[in-house]
Amino acid sequence: MSAKAEPVSADAILVDRPTRNKRLHMTVFLALAGLLLIAPSLFYPFFLMKLLCFALFASAFNLLLGYGGLLSFGHAAYFGMASYVSAHAAKVWDLSPELAILAGTTTAAALGLVFGALAIRRQGIYFAMVTLAFAQMTYFFALQAPFTGGEDGIQAVPQGYLFGFLDLSDTMTLYYVVAAIFLLGVLLIYRIVHSPFGQVLKAIRDNEPRAVSLGYRADHYKLAVFVLSATLAGLAGATKAIVVQLASLTDVYWGMSGEVVLMTLLGGMGTIFGPMVGAAIIITMQNYLASLGAWVTVVQGVVFVIAVLLFREGIVGVLSKWIKKPL
Amino acid sequence: MAEIFSIPSAALYGQLLLGFINGAFYATLSLGLAVIFGLLNIINFTHGAQYMMGAFVGWMLLTYLGIGYWPALVLAPLIVGAIGMVIERTMISRLYKLDHLYGLLLTFGLALIIEGLFRNGYGVSGLAYAIPPQLSGGVNLGFMFLPLYRGWVVVASLVVCLATWFIIEKTRLGAYLRAATENPTLVQAFGINVPLLVTLTYGFGVALAGFAGVLAAPIYAVNPMMGSNLIIVVFAVVVIGGMGSILGAIVTGFALGLIEGLTKVFYPEAAATVIFVIMALVLLVKPAGLFGKEG
Repeated sequence: MSAKAEPVSADAILVDRPTRNKRLHMTVFLALAGLLLIAPSLFYPFFLMKLLCFALFASAFNLLLGYGGLLSFGHAAYFGMASYVSAHAAKVWDLSPELAILAGTTTAAALGLVFGALAIRRQGIYFAMVTLAFAQMTYFFALQAPFTGGEDGIQAVPQGYLFGFLDLSDTMTLYYVVAAIFLLGVLLIYRIVHSPFGQVLKAIRDNEPRAVSLGYRADHYKLAVFVLSATLAGLAGATKAIVVQLASLTDVYWGMSGEVVLMTLLGGMGTIFGPMVGAAIIITMQNYLASLGAWVTVVQGVVFVIAVLLFREGIVGVLSKWIKKPL
Repeated sequence: MAEIFSIPSAALYGQLLLGFINGAFYATLSLGLAVIFGLLNIINFTHGAQYMMGAFVGWMLLTYLGIGYWPALVLAPLIVGAIGMVIERTMISRLYKLDHLYGLLLTFGLALIIEGLFRNGYGVSGLAYAIPPQLSGGVNLGFMFLPLYRGWVVVASLVVCLATWFIIEKTRLGAYLRAATENPTLVQAFGINVPLLVTLTYGFGVALAGFAGVLAAPIYAVNPMMGSNLIIVVFAVVVIGGMGSILGAIVTGFALGLIEGLTKVFYPEAAATVIFVIMALVLLVKPAGLFGKEG
């Protein structure tokens, strides 16, 4: 979305050296994996798992916004519905956690395919409004459908045994499983962004008419990235339902859609590591400010306004400009 | 009792009236959004919060200053509009050169702040605002009972919507406005203060939301979240109608309110989602919206 607003500066083009950047990125990923290994001894594992789910959610959202240039204001629909289906599958259908997560993720993909196919018929601001409206429709569905438990949500979701032998009710086992899902998810996103598909996607983001004139069918690419993003958001939501053992209306509400936008914006959209940083900040903030009640919303709003007015590149965006390498 | 399709006709007319009232709010709010979008090219996400502010300012005027409904109907939109102009001057105006989506994000953040502040001050339970004595009671129309205030809401919003249409389409000021929408640079070169025009337009659009808020105060409980769910429906209305036409926004608003009311009678489960389903259908058949121009 920043295509017209902030033209790519000369040094940004200069530093586009794929192999050296790749080495840098792999180093960061390795450091991240190391951090994930030692983190449970530094922080409360339950908090970390929640953070990882949201970091994956924000990264999935960023795939669409940062690399596809499409601002969806309704990603809560995929996150939330996946969370409901995963919780329902684990609790009522008695499925093992991996199948429950798979069921949730598949639901998000199907939902993304339908909503995405309709939403890409409009552009820019209208696209944002359409996605928001569909997410609200999903919210009303979740409010009324019998299997979601209405205001109560689905509580006490069993965690079960992953692949039949990994006991997920053990916190540390669950933590490492969630960490693995997160790492695989963001590596997949990294792979997508740096694939030929990702290159075409960025070309469409920066200059759609030109990409079309080169023979690329922009709509197919947009729909594909929409579905990918919804699927990964679903993976995050489905995993979260197993972690917190709860699927509730909060996850499908528009507030959640706004939150993921904020995480991505704050961390730096169109950067690989930005959304994770943004998610970490927002979730930590919510954790510490939880006792303040409605003030959390006010603080989030203020952060939003400041980020839009003064800090559009986000934390990692600024960092990446500093070291003159894309992150 | 008369029945239509085995639905008691009183219930049908009652829901139609409710639909008409909702339609009045959809029309007034989507009109405000369209006016703002026309000149500023941003979608004003704060619109729902400003509608809520209108209701609250009306309530505050009555509770703290003893100012009644009729003066509030004028004062509250002015106050909310003035606050809107300050917001436009200090914040929104910094974003005109950027991608329009930043305007959406900024106004979303502002909506969070405003709603959070009101939630801190007044909780979420809702405050009562009495119907003005002149409009309490109702008349029996023979086929149904019409509460006077509800009739007034429909008439008042229709008048305001049509007046807005008249100002924009038929007056000199409206001509400036339409010209500035087409080509702001050229209009500025003719000696018209376009930034001022932009600020006034935003103030006007916001005042429309504030006006709808005061109208709504006696019908719905005044509460901090009253605008946030409504505004999303209004977004769908705007997508269905397209923002190219003022009359289009008004007609779409009322029509969708009526359809929603009818759905409540015949298939209540779908009442909350029917507008979104219509939006999906319109996207399939005519992606630019019923009255839209762009492709």
